[in-house]
Amino acid sequence: MSAARSSRPHALAPSSHPFLRDFDPPFLHGLAPASQERTFAADEYLLRDGGEADGFYLLLHGKVALEIATPERPRLTIQTLGPGEVLGWSWLLPSHRWHLDARAVKETRAIVLEAAALRHAIDAHPRDGVRFLTALLPIIGQRLANTRIQLLDIHRG
Amino acid sequence: MAIPSRDDVSIVPRPFVVRDRVVETGDTVSLDLVPVGGGPVPEFAPGQFNMLSPFGAGEVAISISGSDEERGSWTHTVRSAGKVTDRLTRLPPGATLGVRGPYGVGWPLASARDHDLLIVAGGLGLPPLRPAIRRILAHRTEYGRVEIVYGARTPSDLVFSSEIQRWRLRDDLRFQTTVDAAGRDWYGDVGLVTARIPDARFDPARTQVWACGPEIMMKAVAQAAIARGVPPAAIYLSMERNMKCAVGWCGHCQFGPEFVCRDGPVLPYPALAPWLAVREV
Ligand SMILES: Cc1cc2nc3c(=O)[nH]c(=O)nc-3n(C[C@H](O)[C@H](O)[C@H](O)COP(=O)(O)OP(=O)(O)OC[C@H]3O[C@@H](n4cnc5c(N)ncnc54)[C@H](O)[C@@H]3O)c2cc1C
Ligand code: FES
Repeated sequence: MSAARSSRPHALAPSSHPFLRDFDPPFLHGLAPASQERTFAADEYLLRDGGEADGFYLLLHGKVALEIATPERPRLTIQTLGPGEVLGWSWLLPSHRWHLDARAVKETRAIVLEAAALRHAIDAHPRDGVRFLTALLPIIGQRLANTRIQLLDIHRG
Repeated sequence: MAIPSRDDVSIVPRPFVVRDRVVETGDTVSLDLVPVGGGPVPEFAPGQFNMLSPFGAGEVAISISGSDEERGSWTHTVRSAGKVTDRLTRLPPGATLGVRGPYGVGWPLASARDHDLLIVAGGLGLPPLRPAIRRILAHRTEYGRVEIVYGARTPSDLVFSSEIQRWRLRDDLRFQTTVDAAGRDWYGDVGLVTARIPDARFDPARTQVWACGPEIMMKAVAQAAIARGVPPAAIYLSMERNMKCAVGWCGHCQFGPEFVCRDGPVLPYPALAPWLAVREV
């Protein structure tokens, strides 16, 4: 996980973040030791392309830019995320590597759940695990649908 | 709606002169037009359009993006997309052109009173909405919460930048801008306009949604608004179709059973939904 300007333990509760709203408190309680509230300074990277995908980010405050960098062209922001949104699911997939960069556009606060603990909790509590994935899938689906529309370059006419 | 008789509507262009030309982006300009010889311009309903004809180049439908009743002018914001629009964007101040209109049905300002409003514009979808936004702001207390989301391709494709700046500073309106892609010098949002809808502030049961932009975007906006609980009949989209007569005679602009020039361009979503799902109409 990238260094953050400050971090402190976070007592997870359904009210901590909209994504957690429908989870049972005992499941969240079990994850609490693996969760931290972190603050990232403007321009600090939360995660880097190719780096180990070791956390799930629940954004509380600020703004994060998802960037793609290629040698041929300047960095391009393809999406920004703000409070109430989540970031990063590569930790679910076997390679456990990030596929893009995420940069704090301004000071940003997030709850970061440790990926290993989250994977373990999903395995150990399949009912909560299914609920977790069912909450995450529509977000992934919506972002994929939005990316498809963006690819059409609809404003070019 | 009854087909207007040939006596009811004017299809004869009047000569207008370009009084002012403002470059909005690399391919888009706003033209301030006044009738040759002066005099008032006809009243228009926000969302209506005119047919503009730069002499010798053809004729195209362009929405009215503003007006100045005192000075008797109409503003049109034109993007160079082909032969006729390219000619329009090159007209210098002092040039003359033909103008006929205004035509069509605009935004439902009257039925939106006492409602919250979610207004979504994509690209050149903002110009047809600007007169409606100005009217709402001039009668602000008659409406509930007003949320505006404006999406463009890149930051350099955003039009009306100084007016948007003023709107953003108002506390009786939330104006959000988002672009499809940006460099590091852009501090605003990046992503589709629809991504801003889940957290937009409105009471779904008492909200109207107005959208103007690429069809695929408007369809996604309608779906996102319905997912928030907005009744489909409270969603209005402004459609673009190739136009010839602009008064309901030729059928060129037909979209399903509707003639976009006469029944629209602003149409309620339930009238459009079956046809928006069809690949080609
Ligand atoms: C009600 C209405 C309001 C409009 N308002 C504006 C406006 O405020 N500003 C603006 O710049 N444009 C507006 N348009 C679109 C404008 O009319 C078209 O861009 C124009 O007709 C293209 O003509 P052209 O000769 O320049 O290009 P062409 O060479 O004829 O076409 C260039 C491209 O535009 C497409 N096209 C042609 N006609 C239309 C059309 N009517 N609608 C959509 N795409 C079309 C063509 O398929 C082609 O891809 C509006 C259209 C309608 C129907
Ligand atoms: S343009 Fe002729 S009927 Fe609409």
